[in-house]
Amino acid sequence: MTAELEVKYPVEPLKCWAKVKELREKYYIDYLTAHERGGIRWSGGGASIDAIPAGLGRDVYSLTGEPYGAGIGFDKKFAAKCHAATEEAGYPRDLCAYMRNYWGSVLLNEFAFGGPFPEPDFYWQFHGCCSHAKWYQEAARIGGNKKPVVTIDGTSGLYYKKNEDTGEFYADLPKDGIRYVVDQLHESIEKLEKITGRTFRDELLFEAAENHFENVTLWSKICMLNQTIPAPLDEKSMFSLYVLSVLSKISGEYVEFYRELLDEVRDRVDRGIAALATERKRIMSDIQPPWGFLKMFRYLESYGCVSIGSMYSMGLMGIWKIEEDGTLVPRPTPKELGIEIKDRDQCLELLVDFMFSNFWFHNMHEHTLKGYIIQKIYEQWHCDGVMIHYNRGCEGLSLNVAENRLHLIKQGIPVVSYEGNMGDEREFDLAETEGRIDSFMESLGLK
Amino acid sequence: MITAGIDVGAKSVKVLIIKDHDIMNKGMGFMEMDRERSIQKIFDKCLAEAGLSKNDIDYIISTGAGRKFVPFAQSNSTMVTCDAIGIVKLEPSVRTLIDIGANDARAVRFDETGKVIDFAVNEKCAAGAGAFVEAMARAMEVSLEEFSELSLKAEKTIPINAQCAIFAESEVVSLVHEETARNDICRSVHDAMAGRIVSMTKRLLLEKDIAVVGGVALNKGMMDSLKKDLKMDFIIPKDAEYIGALGAAVLAGQEMNK
Repeated sequence: MTAELEVKYPVEPLKCWAKVKELREKYYIDYLTAHERGGIRWSGGGASIDAIPAGLGRDVYSLTGEPYGAGIGFDKKFAAKCHAATEEAGYPRDLCAYMRNYWGSVLLNEFAFGGPFPEPDFYWQFHGCCSHAKWYQEAARIGGNKKPVVTIDGTSGLYYKKNEDTGEFYADLPKDGIRYVVDQLHESIEKLEKITGRTFRDELLFEAAENHFENVTLWSKICMLNQTIPAPLDEKSMFSLYVLSVLSKISGEYVEFYRELLDEVRDRVDRGIAALATERKRIMSDIQPPWGFLKMFRYLESYGCVSIGSMYSMGLMGIWKIEEDGTLVPRPTPKELGIEIKDRDQCLELLVDFMFSNFWFHNMHEHTLKGYIIQKIYEQWHCDGVMIHYNRGCEGLSLNVAENRLHLIKQGIPVVSYEGNMGDEREFDLAETEGRIDSFMESLGLK
Repeated sequence: MITAGIDVGAKSVKVLIIKDHDIMNKGMGFMEMDRERSIQKIFDKCLAEAGLSKNDIDYIISTGAGRKFVPFAQSNSTMVTCDAIGIVKLEPSVRTLIDIGANDARAVRFDETGKVIDFAVNEKCAAGAGAFVEAMARAMEVSLEEFSELSLKAEKTIPINAQCAIFAESEVVSLVHEETARNDICRSVHDAMAGRIVSMTKRLLLEKDIAVVGGVALNKGMMDSLKKDLKMDFIIPKDAEYIGALGAAVLAGQEMNK
């Protein structure tokens, strides 16, 4: 690792930084205090179609499990308590680390932000992976108060297919799969009305859906700007910025935030403001990082290497379209395409289509798209290498990770892999990982 | 121009001194509790044997797990880089190297100049490195040399299921109590370790020639198991434990010429 590097670019802190922290804090406080205002609380996955509960009123608040589990992972002390609690209760260590952190918090009856665990009024979950299917069923059982669990089966068929002639992937709408999910959503609305005693309001659903489309498209537009050299954003900061949509995709406040952020990042690009003053090389990562050890991204920077994003940070809550020539572009919102939402069924179809076009849903069933998308990001974002996390904490997103690595190596792309766990620090070795980064940086010509 | 490479490994320190393109001297010693004192002692001994003093050395590069703890080195470099440079200097046809040390194992693929193309490192566990065999030899109450010889006389292999050095030791103790032939137990340990090394190595797109270096390369029993599992021939170069130190010394010369 080098001691002094040439400062090549001006840097400035992000003006939106305080705002994103404030919004994140407000999210948890709103959930915590919802009952004081006569509101409703639900909990479920970040991939849940949250526009549906939004139709129950403007005072409906969520606690999404993945960012909550990741937040616990960041707090190593509390995470250790959660792991101990889940293991004592008999859950094995190889289950989803976010899920174990969440269950640990329920078992301990401790909320990561203080006080007892705030049980939701119902659970609302979308089954995207093997853990999703049991997460809230089990949380409801542990909670002990028989809170209702409403789930949607996300089995839809593959959204993307490969053109064997060109080697490019293209969207091929699984219409029957979308209808299967839409029909479940119709039924679930009736269930939620019974559970809450409220009447579902379509105008709130439409508003939430429009916000959903805009939030995820805005994030893609922001990520596009990171193709610039020097990169205006580094991935460690992007982790804090993208997360709002995982908390809630339907928030109008978040739409406003992402619009401001888009303007700010455009301004940084126009003025040549870098995330890293010493940017010499650019790499990308692949999936969730070990949240308790984000300093490894700063370690990269000590070499003058910036991580510009990943399929995860750019794609989990960013929505993309693959052009015919394989170029990735932000997927336009229905409004941008001149589509007006007129009825419930049409709205649900659009929501499900948007959700399924997310690369991650495809990745839960088939792995070659992931290698392809990583390669596309590597090329379009002008990367010099890829850092791959053998994430022992997520079976879904690390599906076929070794095959992805092999695909990239065959394309001549430099790759370093490291072992870890997004939410369980016991499976991550910082010194070992830094050692691998040292070797990788040297192989890229950095000292 | 005289340069030195110092490979500070988990178990031993290797020093190699080059004058222009020729090896002047090399030396190795065990790492003691006082790390810096151990390094200094082995370096001084190597210098003295070569009739040199510290001031005669133009540039020193350290490598290995303890590379950052050599206060008199001008620079340091990783073992991945130094292994590649070292083996290309010694065996120019080699494009893939497997280095099995006491605590680490790695596989590196590189071009004709020693520029690294891809590498893989053993998982954070000693079960794929020399310390694993040492632990098993202790469990069998034989020396490493005896362990290696016994392995070569084995008639069969018994699967060792444990993925962890600690659990594998329990398994070996159980086999001893079951009065399993000692030769076969030794072979089984080597086969288990070879399996892990081959699995790691095959993450790379293997390119010939292949070389095996590091202290474990001297274990004939282990090399026999590795050859059977890898199903490919490989070179074990002279001074296989010194390849990292050699690469560091060569790199030091390259740094001087920049």
